Amino acid sequence: MEDNKSPIMDRIAEANKAATTGIDAKDIENWITIHIMGKAYKVPADLTILTAMEYAGYKFVRGVGCRQGFCGACATVFRKKGDYKLQTGMACQTRAEDGMYLVQIPFTPAEKAIYDVTKEPYEASVFIRYYPEVTRCVSCNTCTKACPQDLEVMDYVQAAIRGDFDGLSDISFDCIQCGLCAMRCPAEIVQYHVAQLGRRMFGRYGLGVPDHLRKRVKEITEGKFTDEMNKLVSCSTEELRKIYTEREKEPE
Amino acid sequence: MNPTNTKETKSTSSGNMKFPYYPGCTLKTTAKNFENSAIATARALGVELLEIPRWNCCGTVFSLAQDDLIHHVASVRNFIRVQEMNDYGLVKNENRLVTLCSMCFNTLKSTNRRMKENAEDLQKINELMYREEDYKGNVEVLHFLELLKSLGYEKIREKVTKPLKDLNIAPYYGCMILRPKEIAIDDPEDPTIQKDILEALGVSVIDTPYKKVCCGSYQTVKDKYIVAELAYDILSHARKKGAEALTTVCPLCAFNLDQRQQAVKEKHPDFEEMPVFYITQLMTIAFGMDKDVFGFEQNYVDPRPLLKSKSLIED
Amino acid sequence: MIKKIEISPDNEKFLNKVNELSGEVITLCEQCGTCSGGCPLVTEMDITPSQMMRLVQLGQKEVLDHKAIWVCASCFTCTVRCPRQIDVSKVAEALRQIILRQAVDHIDIKAIPKEEIACLPQIALVSACRKFTG
Ligand code: SF4
Ligand code: SF4
Ligand code: SF4
Ligand code: SF4
Ligand code: SF4
Ligand code: SF4
Ligand code: FES
Repeated sequence: MEDNKSPIMDRIAEANKAATTGIDAKDIENWITIHIMGKAYKVPADLTILTAMEYAGYKFVRGVGCRQGFCGACATVFRKKGDYKLQTGMACQTRAEDGMYLVQIPFTPAEKAIYDVTKEPYEASVFIRYYPEVTRCVSCNTCTKACPQDLEVMDYVQAAIRGDFDGLSDISFDCIQCGLCAMRCPAEIVQYHVAQLGRRMFGRYGLGVPDHLRKRVKEITEGKFTDEMNKLVSCSTEELRKIYTEREKEPE
Repeated sequence: MNPTNTKETKSTSSGNMKFPYYPGCTLKTTAKNFENSAIATARALGVELLEIPRWNCCGTVFSLAQDDLIHHVASVRNFIRVQEMNDYGLVKNENRLVTLCSMCFNTLKSTNRRMKENAEDLQKINELMYREEDYKGNVEVLHFLELLKSLGYEKIREKVTKPLKDLNIAPYYGCMILRPKEIAIDDPEDPTIQKDILEALGVSVIDTPYKKVCCGSYQTVKDKYIVAELAYDILSHARKKGAEALTTVCPLCAFNLDQRQQAVKEKHPDFEEMPVFYITQLMTIAFGMDKDVFGFEQNYVDPRPLLKSKSLIED
Repeated sequence: MIKKIEISPDNEKFLNKVNELSGEVITLCEQCGTCSGGCPLVTEMDITPSQMMRLVQLGQKEVLDHKAIWVCASCFTCTVRCPRQIDVSKVAEALRQIILRQAVDHIDIKAIPKEEIACLPQIALVSACRKFTG
């Protein structure tokens, strides 16, 4: 492991530790050096990229959300020491490693099409109408390699080209819209928006209305939950907070 | 490997020869009638077309620039799927990949040729796709017409229960199965493969020099009237020679010659519409199959009045 | 009309670039005109395929401004007929690529009318994207 003993680095680490992670430098045995936007920082080993950056003094206003790997806000790209491969991940889920070069991609510029699923034909042409660039896909599989969710992104783009709504919805179901696939696509396709259009269409036309939903809608219209709802609405903030913290939780 | 978008081809009759089959995206939508009729006729002839798992669009008519390797990746990926089908025992030692769409055929076969002739290019592509097993270069790309030819026209003739008598048809080949020479399935200047099949069905075949003239291909996206002029020449010449309809084997030729007749009429008000068949649609009729597989509702110019007038179909 | 053309090193560079991209030896063309005679789209073109070949032979970049290179449908008729075995379709492709690689698209796929999108098969759009967008 590289021992980076620059005094400036130590001062930065010193100044930031309490404000960010609350870790006391004295307690840390293993240090690594990471390069954030080309500048080297000494950070404790075993942090995620997100916490390592915070330790180094970065404060996230945007580009972070759930810290659990679900919201897709903390996309990051990096190269590891000695490896030519450009890798991607969620900063909150990826461990910082010694010698890493990294940068955050907090947002992927992309226009989201406006459409009304109730007015669109359930046909392959819907993809081509709103995202004609899907037909530019060269099957390079770069998107699949980039996906932190390990989705077969290329396969769902292919499903879109041939109008396979079912296949697309199935493959893309766990997409967290981080945008990394789109940043890497040589055909400039915005895969996650395409997938969302496909899933919406599939939800509307492919799935049919499930029985339990039909039943619940009936219960709501018949007023089964009206009293409960009214009670909640008239609660004070304090009471609401109490109800929330004491709510019944799903078992792990 | 994720098999989610693998569609099992249903009801495999056990004795049939099995071939890996590459459909292409258009065969799943506007040319569904081509796919359905081809699968049905193949089955009648003892051949099972097994859709390759996880196929991707071949990315048709890639740029011909020498250094443009990336556009060959799509085809090679499909060849790897054929290798996998053999590895997993879906087919037995069958490296012949059958295509229906002429443009898929041209794209896949051109790439395959380059991969076989240029080891360096193959290596580059294999390295780029490091997540896939290597393509070993032993797939053969076969157009459905070639498959029919290899089965023998006699075999086709034997299956005919309803000869297509008095039907005057001009076969249209277009470009992609005839040119360039190195990948052609037939004589590029005077192809006869469709004629031989049609004659086995009992059709009166009309020969026209326009059978190999380009329909305008992708120009249809930019300027439909360029295509309309070509379609006008091709169709009216066939009509002059006595043809009542055309046959084709490509979803883009079919679109340009069939659907674009709308644009032809805008420019040539006296133009009379003419049906355009996929050759396999005629085979399903001649083989006496159920009308469910004809798929005429997807043809733009309805061929049913013509067929009814010859008593070849009921309503 | 006689037009005097002087061949500069720049012209030669352009010719070499097209040779390289197409993989063809363009100076082999003997201007027989067979390609133009058989080209199904020649009536829509502003210069014929053999004129296109001549301009490239002389390294004239103005060839890139001609509509002809975009009207070519890559049908390979010229390819199979050229007595010098030149693949003219590859030359047209090289010229298109020179433009497309500067990130200048020839068509705007977002501008295709709605009615057309609804009826065009994928095969048409995939191929148009390949040939007209970079
Ligand atoms: S599909 Fe794209 S946007 Fe969705 S999770 Fe994967 S990389 Fe992110
Ligand atoms: S990165 Fe883009 S071009 Fe490559 S496979 Fe994915 S969608 Fe297709
Ligand atoms: S994108 Fe093009 S220029 Fe850039 S590294 Fe790749 S091949 Fe080279
Ligand atoms: S040639 Fe056309 S139909 Fe065939 S796979 Fe490619 S795009 Fe799809
Ligand atoms: S056919 Fe060949 S030799 Fe003749 S003009 Fe065309 S390119 Fe030149
Ligand atoms: S490839 Fe192009 S130039 Fe050659 S004959 Fe066809 S349309 Fe004409
Ligand atoms: S912060 Fe939500 S995925 Fe990382």
